[in-house]
Amino acid sequence: MTEPTTQAGTPAPRRKDERPGRAGGASLNRLGDRKKARLEELAQASAGKGGVSLFRDALRRLRRNPAAIVGATIIALFVLVAIFAPLIAPHDPVQRFDELTSRLAADHIPGATDGFPLGSDELGRDLLSRLIYGSRQTLFVGVLATLIGLAIGVLLGAIAGAFGGWVDNILMRVTDVMLALPALLLAITLVALASKSSQWTVILAVAIVSVPVFARLLRGSMLAQRESDHVLAARALGVKEHNIVLRHMLPNAMTAVIVQATLTLSVAIIEAASLSFLGLGDPNRDRAEWGAMLGDAGVRYFEVRPELAYYPALAIIVVALGFTLLGEAMREAIDPKNRR
Amino acid sequence: MSLLDVRDLSVVFQRRGERPFTAVDKVSFTVEPGQTVGLVGESGCGKSVTSLAIMGLLPKRGNKVTGEVLFDGTDLLKLRRDDMRDRRGRDIGMIFQDPLSSLNPVIPIGVQVAEVLERHQGRDRRQALREARELLDAVGIPDPDRRLKEYPHQISGGMRQRALIAIALACKPRLLIADEPTTALDVTIQAQILTLLKQLVDDTGTALIMITHDLGVVAGLCDTVNVLYGGKVVERARRHELFAHARHPYTHGLLSSVPRLDSLRGERLHAIRGSVADNIPWTEGCAFAPRCDNVVDACLEGAPTLEPTATGGDLRCNNPVSEEVAVP
Repeated sequence: MTEPTTQAGTPAPRRKDERPGRAGGASLNRLGDRKKARLEELAQASAGKGGVSLFRDALRRLRRNPAAIVGATIIALFVLVAIFAPLIAPHDPVQRFDELTSRLAADHIPGATDGFPLGSDELGRDLLSRLIYGSRQTLFVGVLATLIGLAIGVLLGAIAGAFGGWVDNILMRVTDVMLALPALLLAITLVALASKSSQWTVILAVAIVSVPVFARLLRGSMLAQRESDHVLAARALGVKEHNIVLRHMLPNAMTAVIVQATLTLSVAIIEAASLSFLGLGDPNRDRAEWGAMLGDAGVRYFEVRPELAYYPALAIIVVALGFTLLGEAMREAIDPKNRR
Repeated sequence: MSLLDVRDLSVVFQRRGERPFTAVDKVSFTVEPGQTVGLVGESGCGKSVTSLAIMGLLPKRGNKVTGEVLFDGTDLLKLRRDDMRDRRGRDIGMIFQDPLSSLNPVIPIGVQVAEVLERHQGRDRRQALREARELLDAVGIPDPDRRLKEYPHQISGGMRQRALIAIALACKPRLLIADEPTTALDVTIQAQILTLLKQLVDDTGTALIMITHDLGVVAGLCDTVNVLYGGKVVERARRHELFAHARHPYTHGLLSSVPRLDSLRGERLHAIRGSVADNIPWTEGCAFAPRCDNVVDACLEGAPTLEPTATGGDLRCNNPVSEEVAVP
């Protein structure tokens, strides 16, 4: 114990920051103590929470945006329907029901009857079940096409943005060529090139159409990142080139691409439906697909029973709208100009 | 031997179809171990380009760097790219002007500090994070455990600059280059950051090159000061010598343009005529001549050379100021 002898007589040991002999010293000190306690409290409350990531920050903003909520709800419902289609659908979508086929005529397709809320399609199958199962196909094609397009686009964009020079030049001229053609025309060309059409040709065609958009977008923001101060700072720290590209440039450049991916989902769904509508999709007519339903029955029997066109068209529109709403809202939420 | 010996460093920017532009013109200066050296001048005088050239951070194309940058006897300009990369951050640290844009916005502070330690000291992530915590503590960031996990946009400007200092000093470099480290900060924070830098430099024995346009920063920190104008060193002196007896009309003008508390009411603040851009087409004679109050015929004919002065500094002037300036 090294208690100073000068303080031996004082009733309570004085703290260093307490100023003796000054009026109000004690109350000042009490104020200081309270402030300290409050700070501790705050530190404790926020301890363990750590930093709010950009992602969580954007999520918070999204939750306040009605468009985002509507979009997310539509997407959530759509995904749930797609996943639980076998549980929700009242019937097998492939089976032709005698009670429906028996009533089919050249100028008549039965509407809602007992057990078939939306009635029959042109072959006597349950329309509702086919619509529900169609969501699976749409989700599968849309997501897969977008993911493939995203992967190829990101790869090309990152290479172009990271290397620059002639690599960049060649890659960007290729994307220029692809962008010069209208998307659907390019997709039709690609499908037509395939010897045998299947759902995979549709997926690939839609994916390839979206590649140049992703590549351009990423390449542009990679180049912007390359000139940025924090990349220069990372260079000044001797960070290796591949780490600069992968850890400092790419993650910062990806936000725009991720937002674009959400928007591309809606475009991919519409494009896939368009290809099926034109009869360039899956030749398997048993597989329920909204675009094909619209093209096959919707057009041919429009005068007999327009609902065959309305329902799948409505489904395509609503789902595409959902992805667009969420995508736009995400773009707003992630945009640094709106931050704080 | 000096820690850093810059000899005749020149940087010429060349673009196809354009006249080459000499941004840095035969700049020479030395930095002794533990010393703080100032590079002072207004915007466009070549301060930052000098520092980027020393670090080898100028773009690969479009410029020509000549001269020698001897760090501990090795010429950094002749090093292979990989070798130079190994030295950056380990032997020479650097702090930039804008603390927000110099930090990667999508990586937490702690990971950014840890990255340098992993890169140069071969630490694993956990060990590096533990050291990062100590570093943040050392640069005076309160509650470092929490700050480690936070992102740059979530902490204040002063704290960001502290974090950058922590990153720059993480590997205990022997030389630190600070490029206008306080320009983006407000005055109270500036003072804190400068005090911190001074203390860290004193404690660790790191030599410091302070790049600034702020003479107040120079007065508080630097042992030796190099005044740059138009890419050339125009005056070099020890700090007290410079403030007491500025010889070059440019230095003199800079010192008299500092606002003073004891100036008379209604007195106009002194300003140097023209701007630094005026000197670009100037090829013969002294670059400062068009703006100089002391200009004589000799200034327009031949460029003056850098000559040693009686007080141990260097001066590039035909007609230096002899009177004393009242120093704020």
